[in-house]
Amino acid sequence: MSKYEIRLSGSGGQGMLLSGIILAEAAIYEGKNAIQSQSYGPEARGGASKSEVIISEDEIDFPKVRSCDILLSLTQKSYNEYSPGLRKDGILILDNSVEYKESNTKIYSVPIIDTAINEIGKHFVTNIVALGALVSLTNIVSKNALEQAVLNRVPKGTEELNKKALYMGFKIGEDALKRN
Amino acid sequence: MKNKELLMQGNEACVEGALVAGMRFFAGYPITPSTEIAELSSEKLPLVGGKFIQMEDEIASMAATIGASLTGLKSMTATSGPGFSLKQENIGYAAIAEVPCVIVDVQRGGPSTGLPTSPSQGDIMQSKWGTHGDHPIIVVAPASVRETFDLTIKAFNFSETYRTPVIILLDEVIGHMREKIELPDISKIDIVNRKKPLVNKEDYLPFKADEDLVPPMADYGEGYRFHVTGLVHDETGFPSNNPDVSDKLIRRLDAKIEKNKDKIVEWEEKNTNDAEIIILSIGCVSRASNAAMKIMRNKGIKVGTFRPITVWPFPEKRLEELSQKVKAIIVAEMNLGQMALEVERISKCMTRIEKVNKVNGEIITPDEIIAKIKEVL
Repeated sequence: MSKYEIRLSGSGGQGMLLSGIILAEAAIYEGKNAIQSQSYGPEARGGASKSEVIISEDEIDFPKVRSCDILLSLTQKSYNEYSPGLRKDGILILDNSVEYKESNTKIYSVPIIDTAINEIGKHFVTNIVALGALVSLTNIVSKNALEQAVLNRVPKGTEELNKKALYMGFKIGEDALKRN
Repeated sequence: MKNKELLMQGNEACVEGALVAGMRFFAGYPITPSTEIAELSSEKLPLVGGKFIQMEDEIASMAATIGASLTGLKSMTATSGPGFSLKQENIGYAAIAEVPCVIVDVQRGGPSTGLPTSPSQGDIMQSKWGTHGDHPIIVVAPASVRETFDLTIKAFNFSETYRTPVIILLDEVIGHMREKIELPDISKIDIVNRKKPLVNKEDYLPFKADEDLVPPMADYGEGYRFHVTGLVHDETGFPSNNPDVSDKLIRRLDAKIEKNKDKIVEWEEKNTNDAEIIILSIGCVSRASNAAMKIMRNKGIKVGTFRPITVWPFPEKRLEELSQKVKAIIVAEMNLGQMALEVERISKCMTRIEKVNKVNGEIITPDEIIAKIKEVL
């Protein structure tokens, strides 16, 4: 496929904006074109937040997602709001705290928030766990490019922690693939 | 890879471009969706010996920008709708006192505080006529991250060449989105610096224009006698009520830009050679127009796009030519038809003008433009 439209959604403060930046940067490392954009409410935390990424081999004109190929939702609210925009043959990746309706869409329900809080012990790596899961489930960019992009964007001194989060994310994605 | 490919935000590219152009002073009062411009300027200016000041409000930050420019520093401020309204009086001051400066307006939904985090193109007329009185202004509207970098440099160059305020009209989409860019070789970029006086200090007349209608500019504190006022003034810079002086000044200010239009005006057109329908738009909407054009071309429908890069002065001559050839021009803009007024004036009823307008805080989509094309066909 030459073009992917991806929506990363959650609540403000969960780091969806940074996830989008990292994903777009990973695509650029692989020589592709990428655009990242965001929408958010006036509040700093708690409101619905989404980050959009378009990855394409060709020039990207329109910068916003029109028909979403991949949707990641970390909260019930964001799932309810954005799942109608997902293509019928799209991929839905949900935190396992989100209740969903069965449909023809490929759905992966994975323990993203639980892994960040209980396995790693830091809620702020939720977005990196999510990225790891998303990439191992979809292969839209290579794991190597993603790791390079993560290490380039996270604060100094947190590299090892984020690498651990990324690898745990890869693993929960792979486990979900085996289950399906 | 030739130059390094980067993922960069529009607002960030504006600051990078400004630094390359020689910006050494920024005064601002941060406001969404322009805040990153102030934030990055505060980080980067001290590293190159420049100064950043967060002022108490937008009026003061425009005043500080003008003051710094008078001392010889290339100066910029950035804001959005509500702040742009507040800066208008001092933008007029910069116009009559001929102080080079760059004002960035990252448009959001208005009027008033409106929609703080949503895009709009509602400031097109305000960017030209926001301050009172006849005055020259140059307004550029970037449509990509790379173009934001390039046009910011151009904005500084125009302001230094013509001693005039220049406005960079961004929108929330272009300001906030990140895309891949490759920066040009900086050593090959033309940078213009204001013309300095060549006469003895005692002979200097700060508002005596050369043949190009632009007076050479001394720095404040350099030793030249240099009085600056917002009142109509003669060549010495002191106020005058003489009707001849007033007439001459206002006409010269206007002519400075008007007579150099051909050097300033810029636009982009795609597939206009055989086009029956042209979509005219600026900034983020032009990206929807290009997407719509590609979809229609694939179906064999002859659609082209026209994008003013300088909104003021408007690319009038070329639009007039195109108006004689095409069946219809569709003006797509995120306001209720501000640019369409200008297009109607220029096209003089030679073609049909249709509008696509949106004011709900969301970008116009390719589908909405295609729906209008189908109506016109």
